[in-house]
Amino acid sequence: MTQSLQAVIVGAGPAGIRAAQTLVAHGLRPIVIDESARWGGQIYRQAPHNFTRSSKQLYGFDAPKADAVLSAMDALLSKVDYRPNTLVWNAEGGQLDVLFEGSTSVIDYTDLIVATGATDRILPFKGWTLPGVFSMGGAQVALKFQGCAIGQKIVFAGTGPLLYLVAYQYAKAGANVVAVIDSSHFSQQVKAVPALLNQAMVFAKGVYSLAWLKAHGIAIHHGATPIEVKGAQSVEKLIWRNTQGEHQIDCDAVATGYGLRSESQLADILGCKFVFSNAENSWIPEKDLSGRSTLQHVYLAGDGAGIQGADAAEWAGELAGLALIEDRQLKQHAKHSTRSHALAGYLQKRMAFGQGLNMAFQDPPNWARQTTDDTVICRCEEITAGDIRQTAQSTGAQDLNRLKAMCRVGMGRCQGRMCGPAAAELLADCTQQSIVKVGRLRGQAPIKPIPFLQNPTVKTMSCDAKEDE
Amino acid sequence: MSQHTAKTHNGQLVRLVELNRKSIQIFINGEATEALEGDTLLTAVLTHQKAIRQAEFSHSDRAGFCLMGACQDCWVATEDGTRLRSCSTLVQANMRLVTPKAKP
Amino acid sequence: MSISSLSCDVAIVGGGIVGCSAALALRKLGKSVILIERDLCGSRSSGVNYGGVRRQGRSLIQLPLAQRAHAIWEKLPEILGSSCEYTRSGHLKIARSDADLASLIAYQEKAEPFGLGLQIYSGHQLRELYPWLSERVVGGSLCAEDGHANPRLVSPAFARAASQAGAQLMERTQVIDMAHSNAGFTLQTSTGQVIKAPVLLNCAGAWASFVAEKFNETVPMISAHPTMAVTEPLPNFMSLSLGVEGGGIYARQAHRGNCVIGGSRGFALDELRARPSREAIQLVLARSVELLPQLKHANIIRTWSGTEGYLPDHEPVIGPSRTTPGLFHGFGFAGAGFQIGPAVGEVLSELATQGQTTTPIDGFSISRFSRVLSSITTTLGDLP
Repeated sequence: MTQSLQAVIVGAGPAGIRAAQTLVAHGLRPIVIDESARWGGQIYRQAPHNFTRSSKQLYGFDAPKADAVLSAMDALLSKVDYRPNTLVWNAEGGQLDVLFEGSTSVIDYTDLIVATGATDRILPFKGWTLPGVFSMGGAQVALKFQGCAIGQKIVFAGTGPLLYLVAYQYAKAGANVVAVIDSSHFSQQVKAVPALLNQAMVFAKGVYSLAWLKAHGIAIHHGATPIEVKGAQSVEKLIWRNTQGEHQIDCDAVATGYGLRSESQLADILGCKFVFSNAENSWIPEKDLSGRSTLQHVYLAGDGAGIQGADAAEWAGELAGLALIEDRQLKQHAKHSTRSHALAGYLQKRMAFGQGLNMAFQDPPNWARQTTDDTVICRCEEITAGDIRQTAQSTGAQDLNRLKAMCRVGMGRCQGRMCGPAAAELLADCTQQSIVKVGRLRGQAPIKPIPFLQNPTVKTMSCDAKEDE
Repeated sequence: MSQHTAKTHNGQLVRLVELNRKSIQIFINGEATEALEGDTLLTAVLTHQKAIRQAEFSHSDRAGFCLMGACQDCWVATEDGTRLRSCSTLVQANMRLVTPKAKP
Repeated sequence: MSISSLSCDVAIVGGGIVGCSAALALRKLGKSVILIERDLCGSRSSGVNYGGVRRQGRSLIQLPLAQRAHAIWEKLPEILGSSCEYTRSGHLKIARSDADLASLIAYQEKAEPFGLGLQIYSGHQLRELYPWLSERVVGGSLCAEDGHANPRLVSPAFARAASQAGAQLMERTQVIDMAHSNAGFTLQTSTGQVIKAPVLLNCAGAWASFVAEKFNETVPMISAHPTMAVTEPLPNFMSLSLGVEGGGIYARQAHRGNCVIGGSRGFALDELRARPSREAIQLVLARSVELLPQLKHANIIRTWSGTEGYLPDHEPVIGPSRTTPGLFHGFGFAGAGFQIGPAVGEVLSELATQGQTTTPIDGFSISRFSRVLSSITTTLGDLP
């Protein structure tokens, strides 16, 4: 049975790595497909080989966890088939289509663990496409992965646990952090404390970052929303608003983000059923507590199937591995049941913490209503909020895919990653529907852009009956 | 060793740490430019200028956004037409990139 | 249990370009119309096809319909209130061999009476005019007034025009039962409505055979699915809509720069949805780079497919039912219904109101399938 089974793990962040570790511990040799050059995902992204900073300098409080996860994968390298720099761009008939060094090929699987992680959730403001505006995660990558700050006078504007963390990391590294603009109210964060205490360590880290920033004289504004970035060719100033009115800050870079959004395109293409998660205010692929999707032998782990953070990703990765072992009736370790239950318990506790986070971090009030018509929403196709509203009105579009077909929002290179959440909020607002009713953008292959392929085995001279359209 | 002071910095990204890396020469619009080994193309360009490409419809400058291969706003062409996603491609010596010219 | 019953002059099943243009034409003739569409109007084949607005290459019996449609397309901006990116870019059918070129010349001769204005060019001449064509092009036939449009905009726009003209459109509504008696047609919908009409138009596209079967008419229609791909926006270089003699690919560049490319076959995920196949994607990309070397460095950003109805002779069924008075069919366009759709809509409106039409449609009669055929074992367009 083990011979014909081929487990494939997509993603080599904490979820993918713990899944791989679990499968290897049970005698399997999974293929681990990683879009990046080195394992670690985003949160534990490794710097290029010739960089010298220590893991404490890179990951701060998370250094011990990062070290554990990264060294776990290091120890697995000879026991897994690790495929870095490899993009999964489609899936069909029990095979994944992958792109590696400009050529495409297929990878067979009998069992799949999808651990595709997340990207920033963006709520645009006017001028956000100017050079100098980066996502919160992007700002973190600039520092962690390239040793750079995104500018010389930086404002962090958004909300979520990443906001204070990245601002703190920047200030600690010597960057000039001019201000932190948090759309959440401090009172919300205090109210959320009981729920946040569910994950004391994570909470402490957040509180620490905020406290450190304050102690070092960095301006923190709560209940504050960025409304426009101005500049001739790049960022020169940020205009923001709170209950006291509008204010202006001179700056040359802005990092923005409002939490994270799951990279769920592969799950979608595979045919997993999606559900709307009220806790996360977004659509995620449906899974049971062990990570089983609605498809047999397809498992979901980590932020790619709902944002629960890095610790939960590790638990979910391991748990999905254990579920796979169980489902395939392979030999289990003595503590299988106990461990599975424990992991499920941790995940449930983390979900309660997540609800606290949602209470603590809130989007700008009435973001959609407040967004002016001339604000670009889809940066790929340059579609504005006004285009969206006008299209909804003139075509009667009530559904996000229909809106996309009619006005091109989400039709560009990034296929709705940056604009999807915002487009949904705008459509819901201008059609007076709930965010659930407007639906979600359908995932289509290729998951990311692929080049025209020159595959020498393809016979191009042959004809088939398909005539013109 | 590469140094950037606030006075002469025309770029967007500011090198804070990891400054002791091997120099690599690339070309941006035909001009020899210094990058460091381990830079992505995006870093190599944005430490010298503010923009990496222009949006197709408004022709406004863009400088990437997410730095993690998601937004697709950092694609850059080499002189022979090859397209590369600059945030996820490391520099190699003598790469010849085409970008919008830095404006005064 | 409350049943609401509605009456109209003409009921239409299917809200694609054919159904919606029929609804619009009927409204202009003063008839009341209820159109029932299972999804959103123009969301199926009519909305996801290549977008070619093409007469060249059609079988000769389709050309009268195509010419009628050509005149409608000319007035499209007035009819729909927007151009929907329709452009008379010209359609170039490429020959990749001498035999293919001979085939194009033969077609030019046969089609001459229909006034398409076809011009034959050598490969050399074509590369002078269009330097972006590769050496693989041995020659071609150009129809200067053919072109392309954005189907995602056109088909829903027909629905809106019909609605604005007073047609009642029921979207996201399925017809769950249909019956005919001396009193006419009675349809039951998934939303609990009963619709009564003396005339019924079957415009249900790739699913129209199910409607026909309800009235004891079996047609050997199968579903096929093209593979479609689109590039990122590219600098504009290609002014024509391209096809290839003998099959292969079709390609056009939208005004925003994206190149839309199609060909080969996809597969059905289920009764309603389809996907491009991996082999087809590779094939289509390889073939298009062969003909259009400028695509070499471009990226594909999205692929899709759709469901199209094919009859064995690749001709549609248009005309009265054999079994049921008042029932008229307009379906099975073998992936080539976009250009002629508006003309078929007008023809159906004429049939519905006068029992006859000025455009010759005898060749499309459903009676050519008079024998009930059992299982169909061949599939169209198998990949090599």
